[in-house]
Amino acid sequence: MNATVATLTRRSLLGRKRTLVLLLLPLALLGLCALARILAGLDAGFEQELDGALAPDLLEAFGIAILMPLLGLIAGTGSIGPEIDEGSIVYLLAKPLNRYSIIVTKLTVALGVVVVFGVLPVAVAGVVLTGEVGTVALAFAVGALSAGVAYSALFLLLAVLTRNAVVIGLIYALIWESLVGGLVPGAQALSVQQWSLAVVERLLGDSAVRLGVESAVGFGTAVVLLVVVTLGATVWAGRRLQTLRLNAET
Amino acid sequence: MSTLELEQVSRWFGNVVAVNDVTMHLGPGVTGLLGPNGAGKSTLINMMAGFLPPSAGTVTLDGRPLQRDPEIYRDLGLVPEREEMYDAVSGWDFVLANARLHKLPDPKAAARRAIATVEMAPAQERDIRTYSKGMKQRIKMATAIVHDPTVLLLDEPFNGMDPRQRLHLMELLHRLGDQGRTILFSSHILEEVEQVAGRIEVMVAGRHAASGDFREIRRLMTQRPHQYTIRSSDDRALASAIIGEASTSGVELVTDPSGVGTVQVQATDFSAFVHALPQLASRHGLRLLEVRPADESLESVFSYLVAR
Repeated sequence: MNATVATLTRRSLLGRKRTLVLLLLPLALLGLCALARILAGLDAGFEQELDGALAPDLLEAFGIAILMPLLGLIAGTGSIGPEIDEGSIVYLLAKPLNRYSIIVTKLTVALGVVVVFGVLPVAVAGVVLTGEVGTVALAFAVGALSAGVAYSALFLLLAVLTRNAVVIGLIYALIWESLVGGLVPGAQALSVQQWSLAVVERLLGDSAVRLGVESAVGFGTAVVLLVVVTLGATVWAGRRLQTLRLNAET
Repeated sequence: MSTLELEQVSRWFGNVVAVNDVTMHLGPGVTGLLGPNGAGKSTLINMMAGFLPPSAGTVTLDGRPLQRDPEIYRDLGLVPEREEMYDAVSGWDFVLANARLHKLPDPKAAARRAIATVEMAPAQERDIRTYSKGMKQRIKMATAIVHDPTVLLLDEPFNGMDPRQRLHLMELLHRLGDQGRTILFSSHILEEVEQVAGRIEVMVAGRHAASGDFREIRRLMTQRPHQYTIRSSDDRALASAIIGEASTSGVELVTDPSGVGTVQVQATDFSAFVHALPQLASRHGLRLLEVRPADESLESVFSYLVAR
């Protein structure tokens, strides 16, 4: 970790406008949940549904499947991609700094953004939807965190590898995880979304079935894959940064 | 005192050879890297800065290879060509961050010194995005010298500077060079280079075309054959008179597609020819309608050096 790298990264990642845009996503989630809560207060039947599978459905569909990959993409690629594109990364590279420490620092900053704008809102949404600080809120917060870590590391690596990181990341999140993962059962095994869902499922325990939370992979496999992907992506990104070419005239 | 050594260095990108078998030894003092755009200057500087491995050959700093060793940046400062920095921070914060990244014992004092050296103290609190090109260039310079490096590489540092800023940077480079630092800066403008650099290395089309002090390079550039295109009242009579002059080596009558005839002259001694031409014309009662040097572009000057 390097405090100066962290400060520079944070300041370029969280410009005033960027922060506002980032706030839109969690605000939309919270707004939706608040609306559901209000409707539940008006209609008893709806309240019953909300206490059943609706709360986890909302948290899964909006929190885990949309919010986390998008935030991971914005924070992961945004913490290093623009610097590589613009060439300002040279000010970090022309220093006696360990390349891995640059990557780990940037990943930590990205993760901070993901926690503030993603994990916490998911936790709050869980509380709002269920009306209690309970297992559902906790399970989805931890699940969101595990997804956030893996997405950030993966998309940060992507930003070091290619200038089209955002496009490729979007294609992965939207096409692979949502579309292909929804249609082809095998594809689900290779999906951060499913791995983090396995974490949620485990934390919900026996109520997982009743709440309709089901992952395509087992808990053990999911944890191993989450750790391997996160560590692997971080190490690969660090190695790649050691030999990053800077082309002045491209 | 540091020495940068390039031994038979080549760099290619796919089929394109950007740098072709360059051997160069850079010692203390200011060296100018001169060449037209696309000559491979930036590629060469990137290799010297350790950001690009050579495809063949070696680049070393005091015998140490430059690749994959972040420790070399304690001795090396770099002013990149590109303008982008961290726009959302102030000049002071950015130079201070660079001092901290170098893990200097007293980063604030180092940042203050560097900013004073480039005379940016009055504007140091402003965000970098509000700076003019010249101010950005000076802040870049401050980040490169904040750790007091023995080697300083500058890629086109005079780009975008007004004459006063240019003069100031030239003085600064002189001063840093006199302190025994090894300084290399690239430029495509001869006049710029010869005012600062004690030594000039000329690159053309990826090759190391010439090397020496600026007088030598200037002589090479001015004593080359010069081409002139001339229109006159009687081209044929003029051509026959010109070929009688000792300062010329060839004359050709050329008619362009629109039917306008010209005399193309190859002069071996350009100052003698320029003096002789008007006298010769009046002696033969000819009127000169147009006299134009045909190849004064920098590229042709450089390509002459290569073909030499």
